[in-house]
Parts: sequence; structure tokens; C-alpha cells
Amino acid sequence: MTRFAPPRWTLIALLAALTLIAAVASLLFGAVDLSVARLIAAATGSGDEVATIILFDLRLPRTLLALVVGAMLGLAGAGLQGYLRNPLAEPSVLGTSNAAALGAVGAIYFGVAELHPAMLPVLAIGGALLSLALLFALSGRSESPLTLILAGIAVGTLAVAGTSLALNMSPNPFAAMEIMTWLLGSLENRSFQHFWIALPCIAFGSALLLWNARALDALTLGEDAAQAMGVNLRATRLRLLIGTAIGVGGAVAVSGSIGFIGLIVPHLIRPLTDRSPSAILLPSAIGGAALLTIADLGVRIIPTTNELKLGVVTAFLGVPVFLIHLMREKRLW
Amino acid sequence: MLTLENVGVQLGRRSVVQGVDAAFTPGTLTGIVGPNGAGKSTLARAMLALVPATGRISIDGDAVAAMPRADLARRIAYLPQGQTLHWPLTVERLVGLGRLPHLAPMSKISDADAAAIERAMIRADVQGLRTRIATELSGGERARVLFARALAVEAPGLIADEPLASLDPGHQIDVMELMRAEADAGALVIAVLHDLTMAARYCDRLLLIDDGRIVADGTPHEVLTPELLRTVYGIDARVESGGDWPTVTTFGRARP
Repeated sequence: MTRFAPPRWTLIALLAALTLIAAVASLLFGAVDLSVARLIAAATGSGDEVATIILFDLRLPRTLLALVVGAMLGLAGAGLQGYLRNPLAEPSVLGTSNAAALGAVGAIYFGVAELHPAMLPVLAIGGALLSLALLFALSGRSESPLTLILAGIAVGTLAVAGTSLALNMSPNPFAAMEIMTWLLGSLENRSFQHFWIALPCIAFGSALLLWNARALDALTLGEDAAQAMGVNLRATRLRLLIGTAIGVGGAVAVSGSIGFIGLIVPHLIRPLTDRSPSAILLPSAIGGAALLTIADLGVRIIPTTNELKLGVVTAFLGVPVFLIHLMREKRLW
Repeated sequence: MLTLENVGVQLGRRSVVQGVDAAFTPGTLTGIVGPNGAGKSTLARAMLALVPATGRISIDGDAVAAMPRADLARRIAYLPQGQTLHWPLTVERLVGLGRLPHLAPMSKISDADAAAIERAMIRADVQGLRTRIATELSGGERARVLFARALAVEAPGLIADEPLASLDPGHQIDVMELMRAEADAGALVIAVLHDLTMAARYCDRLLLIDDGRIVADGTPHEVLTPELLRTVYGIDARVESGGDWPTVTTFGRARP
């Protein structure tokens, strides 16, 4: 069997174009649709007051967040699948996203979140960092991927247990409801403040994960061969751990738990590349940005009585991808 | 020149390799033979600093333990035992992985790298497979492709761990001839082998390992004797030493 894949930069250019279209659509459509003319007028500073407020206070921060959070989740998924050499790995396998969620839930539970809008994301990032310290303690010195998965499961389970405890002990149904709503994941009512909190974490995390590209390729041949080709396994693992914890932690801190993006996007991208782990990193980041922006647009456009939560939509998107994978494995197509 | 001085390896509480002294020179093909669990693979891995070892292992005077990984990778190529491929890459892409030790950060494959990949594919005779998916090849094709990956490093040294495993006699000869050609071209080649007749036919020198120690070191004629085979492998064997290389025929387990 031979196969055809578009040249790398063609793929990246196409994905970037798709992302741009999704971003513009995300600025145009919502509870109140803006026309292209009104959007351009507002963007250039000569628009009406309503359009300017919608654009700069509501849609622009939301769109920018969808782009960076989606990119981080897509990249983290691709990086983890490459490192663990397991196509079912996703950003939450290390438990850091659950830990970030626990930090956020703690902020809501203890009422700290009401003190300042930045408190919740900051505590969430604190939760991610704490889980990183735990991961180090449990598996930092080892070089095998299995110890990392086990440590990730331990950390993740602990964080989920803590979150359940908070729900269990919540003083009133409203607090429980607030926690639940946050856990479902959403980009509604986010401001530029959230964007500026998430961006440095995501930029730092992404840089560390992209740095691993060559090492991930070498790991295609196993750990011994990778080391014999000059890969420093410990450094590779540290970059993966820190990059995922801080990057995904920063993303979860502002968006809540949004699952499946990190799992689906590398699967959608892989057949369009030469299948090497390095080739899917950057395209997965761009594809993740596009997919989350489109999903967030869907949340706004689909008419429902309660606003549909982003995490719910992405979870539904995950199902067909698994089914396709299953059918391919069974050679049904 | 690869030099081992009083090398020992401890895995857990077990001493797997002990007191090994040996020197390997360019242009020779050395076979490491010995029973299962004798420490052959561990010794090979120690030479590449993949397991911590005591004593001193050095290449041209530089200790491998202190050498940056990429530096060592450019000096010795390694073909591990029974490699698994984790992603369905094309043959050309897979062989190209051999250039990783030479690539500067963020750089692309240069013309020189592409030429090295091409040479490696020609030497291992896998050019015809270049667009095939490596995970879908037969055992023999796959062994040649993985060999080409190691050749693409174009290192002055090559260590192959059981490169003949699961190959039919024809493909075994192909792989042995590839290693012979590498050594004849001036490379330092070390192969962990199980087939004694193959080892005898192609290697310049054999190291017989038992229980982590070298029990014999010399030409195939010197190493493959019925007495040594009896004590090391516990087998009764006849060794025909009349030809250019000794041939080993085994009869059965040696009776005590």
C-alpha cells in the first residue's frame, strides 16, 4: 500500500485558512449577528457603540481564547500521543487538567472566586503546578512511559476525588450548580483578562512541546534506539511534563474542562501527514484552534433554552472519531 | 577504536556483566556469542551507555559515559534487538530517522542527508520499498529496512543486537554480507549472534560470553571448539574445522 499526503506547508496553509474563516465567523455570529460592514467599522474604530462593545468586550476575547485553548489542547494531545506512542492518549492522561479543575472548583467552593475575576484562573494554574510537583515526585526520575501514565492516573484520580468532595460538601445547591457549570467547560463571558492569563502559560507550554519534535520521531523506534540516536530521554520527558502541565493548566484555568479536542484533532490530522509524530504537532495546534472555534460557534448558533456548554459539544464530537477508529481496526472500511 | 577496561554491569542486584576487557578495531567484524542470559545484549547496551556500567568504556580515548548523547550517536550506530515500530511510517521516512544525530536544532534535511539516506537504501537494497509502509512489510524486508536506518547514520561504528532473529537462511546471509561489507569498508562492526556457523563464516573474531564474562576471545577457529561449546552451552557438538571457517553441528544436550 502506498499513500498520498499533501506537502507539509500546503497542509499548514489550508488549516490556517480554515482557522481564519472560523475566527471571522466567530466574530460575526452570535446572539446578535453583525454584518461584515459593521464588523469592519467597529474594528477600525468608526462603528456604532453596540457593535464596538459586542466586538471588543464579547466576541474578540472569546474568539481569541477559543483559538489559543484549542491550539494548546490539540498540540498537547499530539505531543502526548507521540511520547506515549499511544493514539488514545490525550491531555488529561497526566491528570494536570483535572488538577487545574480542582483548583478552580476550590476557588468557587471557598468563595475566593468572587473576590476578583482573576482568582479562579490563578488558583486553577496553582492546581496544575501542584499536580506537576506530584508527578515529579512520583515519576520524575524514571524514563519509562508506563510510570508516567500510572503517576498521571494517580494524580488525576486524586484531583477528581477532590472535585467530587467539593460537590458533595457544597453548602447549597447554587454553589454545586456553579461548580457543575464550570466543570462542563465554556468560553462564555470571558474577558481579555482571561486571555492575558492564559496566553503566557499556553505560549510557554507550546514551545516546550514543539521542542520535543525530533525526540518524538526517534521514539518511533523505541527508547533504546532513540537514546542511541542522541535523544536525551530525561530532558524530553521534563519538557513534556512541564509543557503539558503549564500549557493545559493555563487553558483549563480559563475554559473549564474541554475534553476530546486533544484526542480527536491528532487523529484527524495524522492521515494527512507522513504519520511521523513530529509532522502532526504544528498542524494539530492549528487544527485544534479551528475545531474549538467552530465548536464554540456551534454552541452560540444552535438554539437551546439553556446555553449549550462547549465541553458537552466536544464530547459528542469525540464519539464518531472513536467509532471510525474502531471500524478501521476491524477493517470495515 | 572501542576499548573496554574491566567493565561490569549491575542490573538490580544481579551482576550481569563482570570484568570484561576487550578492544575493537575499525575494519573488523566481531561476533558476540554465548547462551541466552549470558549478558551479550547488556554488554552491547553498555557500550552505547544505555545501561550504567563500572570500569571504563571509551571510543578513541573518550569515555562514552561522559560523552554527549548526540556525539556518541554520530560515532556508533545501534540496531536494537527485535525493534517495534510505533507509527506506520514510509520506508524512506523511517530510514531518514537515521539522520537525526546529524541534524542541528530546527534545521531541515539537507542534500547531504538526503544523499546519505539514498546510499543507505541502496546498500541495504530497499530502494524498491521506499514508498511502502514499514509496518506492513514482511519480516525479511523489515529487517533490511531497519538495517538501512542504522546505516543512514553513517557512523564509523555499528553495533547490531541479534540482527538475524526471525530471518530465513537467505535473508540471514544478506544481513551478514551487509555487515561484512561495512567492516571491509573500514567500519567497526559488532554483532550479537546466535547462529554459530553464520558467526564463524562471516566474523573476523568471536567473543564467547558466559555468565557475564568473556570465556574465549579469538578467531572462529580458536573459539568454536567442542570443549568450549560443551562447557558454555552444555551441548555435544561436532566442529568441522577443515574449511575456511569452522561449521558447527549440534547433536544434543551434553550428558554430565
